Amino acid sequence: MQLQCPMPKLDFDVITLGHGSGGMLTNKLLDSGVFELFSNPILDQRHDGALLDLQGKTAFSTDSFLVSPIFFPGGNIGELAVNGTVNDLAMCGAQPKYLSLSFILEEGLKMDEFWEILVSIKFAAEKAGVQIVTGDTKVVEKGKGDKIFINTTGIGQLHPEAAIHSKNIKVGDKIILSGRMASHGMAIMSVREGLEFESEIKSDTTNLNRTIFNLLESFGQKIHLLTDPTRGGVATVLKETALAINLGIDIFQSTLPIESQVADACELLGLDPLYVANEGLFIAFVDESVSDAFLTQLKEDENGLYAGVIGTVTESHPGQVVLESGIGGKRIVSMLPGEQLPRIC
Amino acid sequence: MKYLSEYRDPELAKKYLEEIKNTVSRPWSIMEVCGGQTHSLVKNGIIEMLPKEITMIHGPGCPVCVTPLKLIDKAIHLALEKGVILCSFGDMLRVPGSEKSLLEAKAEGADVRVLYSPLEAVKIAEDHPDKEVVFFAVGFETTAPANALSVIHAKRKGLTNYSILASHVLVPPAIQAVIDDEESRIDGFLAAGHVCTIMGNSEYHPLSATYKVPIVVTGFEPLDVLQGILMVIRQLEQSKSEVENQYSRIVREEGNLEAQKVIQEVFEIQNQTWRGIGEIPQSGYGVRKEYEAFDATKKYNVQITEAPEHPECISGLIMKGIKKPFECSQFGKKCKPTNPLGAPMVSSEGACAAYYHFSGLIEAS
Repeated sequence: MQLQCPMPKLDFDVITLGHGSGGMLTNKLLDSGVFELFSNPILDQRHDGALLDLQGKTAFSTDSFLVSPIFFPGGNIGELAVNGTVNDLAMCGAQPKYLSLSFILEEGLKMDEFWEILVSIKFAAEKAGVQIVTGDTKVVEKGKGDKIFINTTGIGQLHPEAAIHSKNIKVGDKIILSGRMASHGMAIMSVREGLEFESEIKSDTTNLNRTIFNLLESFGQKIHLLTDPTRGGVATVLKETALAINLGIDIFQSTLPIESQVADACELLGLDPLYVANEGLFIAFVDESVSDAFLTQLKEDENGLYAGVIGTVTESHPGQVVLESGIGGKRIVSMLPGEQLPRIC
Repeated sequence: MKYLSEYRDPELAKKYLEEIKNTVSRPWSIMEVCGGQTHSLVKNGIIEMLPKEITMIHGPGCPVCVTPLKLIDKAIHLALEKGVILCSFGDMLRVPGSEKSLLEAKAEGADVRVLYSPLEAVKIAEDHPDKEVVFFAVGFETTAPANALSVIHAKRKGLTNYSILASHVLVPPAIQAVIDDEESRIDGFLAAGHVCTIMGNSEYHPLSATYKVPIVVTGFEPLDVLQGILMVIRQLEQSKSEVENQYSRIVREEGNLEAQKVIQEVFEIQNQTWRGIGEIPQSGYGVRKEYEAFDATKKYNVQITEAPEHPECISGLIMKGIKKPFECSQFGKKCKPTNPLGAPMVSSEGACAAYYHFSGLIEAS
């Protein structure tokens, strides 16, 4: 990627406090290629804010991104920041159009690392078809940040057929997971200090908006809910939904898609993949009448190759998610009290 | 993972369950000693699949649950007041000390790090010669070899900034303490497969012979646990009391002699306090005098006053199998995984946390 967007020649190697001062250094940083990298007619006006022409129902979402390490197998914090907000808009049934992009940089961040992140942002935004129209950069003293924090806010136009809300979920709805779970969380874990292990696990971070758009075109209001199982994983999202709809959810261990090396890594660390984060997956609650066709179409999409039906909505045990284990036993799936921690043995 | 899916086969599980149902003729109470087995029972929904004659009692084999309150306070003190880099296995972090947990100490600025292997802590000590590094070495016989090895490595590398805060507990004395308790009503035991992988089976023969209880060394996969239960039931129904090895694909009669050598090099057997249970004679490992430079207890003169447990927590009675978690007045009320009054509500291997999740199912059905 670097080859396609070589870093401009700069007279500084690291970010310093001055780069966030709003003065000459800030301008130097932005003029050195940042504006050029993200160039579009709205951004190019260099106004205090972006002037947008919005029509119809609009979705609006914001998210902040912090991850350690900032570069991980399969991606970096930059594409995560684009994909995260793009996907949140897509889960509302919207096509993302505009993004804001704000950085909080820690003094000492290497410029070549920052550039690599900027380039990743550019490509992720291009892939999603979204324009970066406004932004901000602040710098904090060394030790007061973790290299880089990013906030993105996005605006998207709602698909006319989208009627995505948990209140539309009905008994009998099929629950479809778009791919193999727990890859992102385990990719991060594999490079985290103290827990490193050798693996080829890669983060699944990607934007899902085109996939969602195509599904909405075909199935419209038969799609009752879309939600992305990021932090807290599949289990947390399902439990939240069960509580919101006051219906029960049944899921089946044997149908949960997971890559074998991800499953193995979870076994080794004593983690339950149901609670591990994903960045390129969505869960769809769809009307039973279209669930087969929905799955067939999804499986033909690059973001749905490993999709599968993982459960159904039921009248029994309202508010509860019940998992049938591989051997046929049943257990409750609840939310975790906090971050999942590796077990002793 | 090869050798895992084979032990999760639903058809075979059904056959074992059928066989257990056909074998059992009256009520039996079986204790699974190890928290890993408790976890497997709950995770796979095995408890509710068993015939109602069989009561599973969750034993004290959760290292997180039995680590003394005072030691957790000591770890927190070292991290907060002495400025050490405190390294720990992940699930110790949320265990409540008398005032706070390690996780809360971390939030207050302590350098607390989650590691998977104590050898990583040695590396951190090497990388930070200006800092003191302490590894919170808890666990049963299973984690003892790696913890001992970290001390041997540190000594070999000439490190003076590495030590371990050891709280090692041993399974056989705990089984004996459980049986000796007058209120105990346990008919048979599933012994912990991983502990026996290290130590072998020899320590269990005298227990089984003296107390006339069947002890089956058992693994952790659903089929392991089901087969272990079947083996105990078969013995009970035939009035036998032997040591059997269900986990024979891993456990050898003599155990892992190399690992035992490493343990003996660094540790010696001593009396040990178990959180919620009290002192059990000869039930733990302490660091030998030859290695006292690596013993955080000796290295740092930390005076911690013994803090009382939460008055309403009955974790001791639960870990001895005398009471079930739902017989506790605060279970699911004041005491929840988000606000644990005692350690068994913290770890997913703790009996109370396990029951907390399971009881949701009872409410729901």
